Amino acid sequence: MKYNMFDFSVVTNWFNNLLTGCMPEWAAILVECIVIGVVLLAAYSVLAMFYIFYERKLCAYFQCRLGPMRVGPWGLLQLFADVIKMLIKEIISLKGTDKFLFKLAPYIVVASSVVMFACLPWGYGMQMINYNIGIFFILAVSSLGVLGILLAGWASNNKYSLVGAMRSGAQMVSYEISMGLAIMAIVVLAGTMNINELVLQQQNCWFILQGHIPAIIAFLLYIIAATAETNRGPFDLPEAEHELTAGFHTEYSGISFGMFYLSEYLNLFIVSGVAALMFLGGWMPIHIPGWDGFNAVMDWIPSIIWFLLKAFFISYIIIWFKWTFPRVRIDQLLAFEWKYMMPFALANLVLMAVCVALGWTF
Amino acid sequence: MSVKDIISKICPSATFEEGEILLANVPAGDWRRLAEALKSNPDLNYDVLSAVVGMDWKDSLGVVYYFTCTSRNWEMLTVKVAVADRENPYIHTVSDLWKVANFQEREVYDFFGIKFIGHPDMRRFFLRNDWKGFPLRKDYDADPKLNPIPESDEKNEDNTMSYVEDAEGLIKAIPSKVFEEHDYVMNIGPQHPSTHGVMRFRVALNGEEVKKIDVVSGYIHRGIEKLCEGLGYPQLLHFTDRMDYMSAHQNRHCLCACIEKALGLQVPDRAVVIRTIMDELMRISSHLLAFGCTAMDLGATTAFFYGFREREMVLNIFEKTCGARMSMNYNVIGGVIADLHPDFVKDVKEFLEVMPKALKEYHTVFSGNIIAKNRLHVGKMTKEEAINYAITGPSGRGSGWSNDCRKKHPYAAYDRVEFEEVLEEGCDSYARYMVRMREIEQSCKIIAQLIDNIPEGDIRAQVPKVVKLPAGHWYTQVEASRGTFGVYIESDGSKNPYRVHFQSPCFNLVGVMDLTCKGHMIADVITIGAALDFVIPDIDR
Repeated sequence: MKYNMFDFSVVTNWFNNLLTGCMPEWAAILVECIVIGVVLLAAYSVLAMFYIFYERKLCAYFQCRLGPMRVGPWGLLQLFADVIKMLIKEIISLKGTDKFLFKLAPYIVVASSVVMFACLPWGYGMQMINYNIGIFFILAVSSLGVLGILLAGWASNNKYSLVGAMRSGAQMVSYEISMGLAIMAIVVLAGTMNINELVLQQQNCWFILQGHIPAIIAFLLYIIAATAETNRGPFDLPEAEHELTAGFHTEYSGISFGMFYLSEYLNLFIVSGVAALMFLGGWMPIHIPGWDGFNAVMDWIPSIIWFLLKAFFISYIIIWFKWTFPRVRIDQLLAFEWKYMMPFALANLVLMAVCVALGWTF
Repeated sequence: MSVKDIISKICPSATFEEGEILLANVPAGDWRRLAEALKSNPDLNYDVLSAVVGMDWKDSLGVVYYFTCTSRNWEMLTVKVAVADRENPYIHTVSDLWKVANFQEREVYDFFGIKFIGHPDMRRFFLRNDWKGFPLRKDYDADPKLNPIPESDEKNEDNTMSYVEDAEGLIKAIPSKVFEEHDYVMNIGPQHPSTHGVMRFRVALNGEEVKKIDVVSGYIHRGIEKLCEGLGYPQLLHFTDRMDYMSAHQNRHCLCACIEKALGLQVPDRAVVIRTIMDELMRISSHLLAFGCTAMDLGATTAFFYGFREREMVLNIFEKTCGARMSMNYNVIGGVIADLHPDFVKDVKEFLEVMPKALKEYHTVFSGNIIAKNRLHVGKMTKEEAINYAITGPSGRGSGWSNDCRKKHPYAAYDRVEFEEVLEEGCDSYARYMVRMREIEQSCKIIAQLIDNIPEGDIRAQVPKVVKLPAGHWYTQVEASRGTFGVYIESDGSKNPYRVHFQSPCFNLVGVMDLTCKGHMIADVITIGAALDFVIPDIDR
């Protein structure tokens, strides 16, 4: 190990030993699963709250406003007020809806984003699952979310919802391709899909620099596709507030609306986290070979902070998009993907393969 | 040959009244023949139908048409068509000649019960289909028992009617449907984020593509024209601020000008200049709102706030002088109600400093954006269509039609200032949007020329305590923020008007929604609506 950071597996190993010391192994695994599940869900909701506040403040500053200021210092307690409001609001059930699917839809959306959330590498030794095809798994699970959106649109018995959901289906299926191809380019460069190894390979130089031109192109393609995947402006057609009032979640209220809201923000964090992982070194600090003093200082910053800061930075860019650009139209959106993004991403993949084969990487 | 001679040749029984505008009384039987000649005869060539005013003269019902000829220096002509039958009044339609008459005639049918022969869609326009009686008739029974407050939802009325005259002159009613049987009809409004008020569109879709738009209006109709008939002239004034609230000053200016014309009143020069400056400030404020709303409807929420930031300065200027930010109630018969606030000149100059910089910022953040450009290049409307549908104001000028009242028949202080009539040749939403942005510059130019030269003197003329107009009728037009705003007043010499009609530009604007949106997508309906920039209270008077 060249880097000298706090390894979180020390904590997890200690906890594991503690449990196995006083109970059979199956019970220990059960307890660990429950603890991890609780921590995961808690982190999920706390991050969602943070993101709501983050976006509200950012968009306020883009718009020459201050954002929430009344509740608590700088409006910090506003989030809690909002969450409580959302929790205690009535869930209105409507005539003509498919009751079962209507209730199921938000859970599917949240479940898919929680599973993706669980795969992210949070820090050195701080990872819940370590698959050998981790990044592929994330991509696969991310496409489940659209199912929930389609169900929500269909079950609502509302024309706005249906149009929104159909748009969403077309959009997510399309942009997944570019997103996958952009990630594939980095997989070609790294030669692995294991998330842990992906991070470790970036200890001297982040992938965006290792792969230079094709990696930078892949990064740009990824950011655009990720914006579309998360249904955010300028690609927020499934909601398209000014056309479809709220698109697929028009008829949802209370916490079932809250779940869509939550997963929307968390998806933003997840795609930012994946971008940080694939292009900006995940939790790996900036290391410049030869500058040992500098590297030591960087290592001193905890790895989780590195990861979060990188993810927040990329989220900042995506939020910036949303509050600057007008919304595209559905035909423009699909034409952009199939006529420009996908061919470009394919060509970029070939370019990356050539670079790797000829050894033109750092 | 003069216009009068040609008309007498076509319709020998026509009688004429000379005045500011030539008036021809035409019997209902000859009307259709004359209408065709007015449109197609090269010596008449009245290509714009400026206003359609339904009338009830007690012994007869009828319609007053105001025509404008664009090729002969905006020469106007009035045609009165009357029918004596109050039970089943029929007049031939002109909606196939001047498309603008489509909704106008539906409004007349709604309020006077005059049925137009040959009109393709003779439904009520504002009132519910089950409404009893025709409210603007003089013998209308306003008993609430006849039309109780409905406790059930209004059914979507897909049945419509058209009246056809056969060879023997018998009139037959032919029922038809608004939408086809298997149309997928999506409802936009009356409660919807982007209809800019309480407007409702029923949109037949083919996937996301629009097949047909049916405009359902009247959700905030207040019956202003009927209310006017029971009030004295000074009391009428406050209604105009509540029609197109973004053209409050211009609308009220128009009504005051019409009453002043009838009274033969000379407005003091100070008031004339103040009115002009206020009109232009109002126009800037309106165009800034249009910019913001267009941006927001396209999803660029930030640009919306930029527009509102500058608009706030205009509203502050209004607040200081008029005491209100909306519904300013500033113009009165003979002048303006209060003198300018001492800070007025300073504030306006400050605003004129800020505005050009802000415009540059708008263009950077929104107009120049590739997505915005691609989204806005929709909603084609040729110059001919704009004229036929009488689309005046920035929307008409976006189709290259020069129709600015301030240039065509200058009023107030517009003849002493230099400015350019903004025209764009794009004929689409982007052109309409750009006309507005460039008009802001021109308005600033007008204000800059006047602000240092506000003459001293009275702010209003001496007006009798009880304003009584002589018997007669008058029509006045001004250039409001969204197009030509016209006021028709008919007086029988008493202190209340006999009939007041407001010809609002937005009423015509909503008439082209079907034309411009057909074949585009749902998202474009919102874009086109935003770029046409109609204000609903102006439609639902």
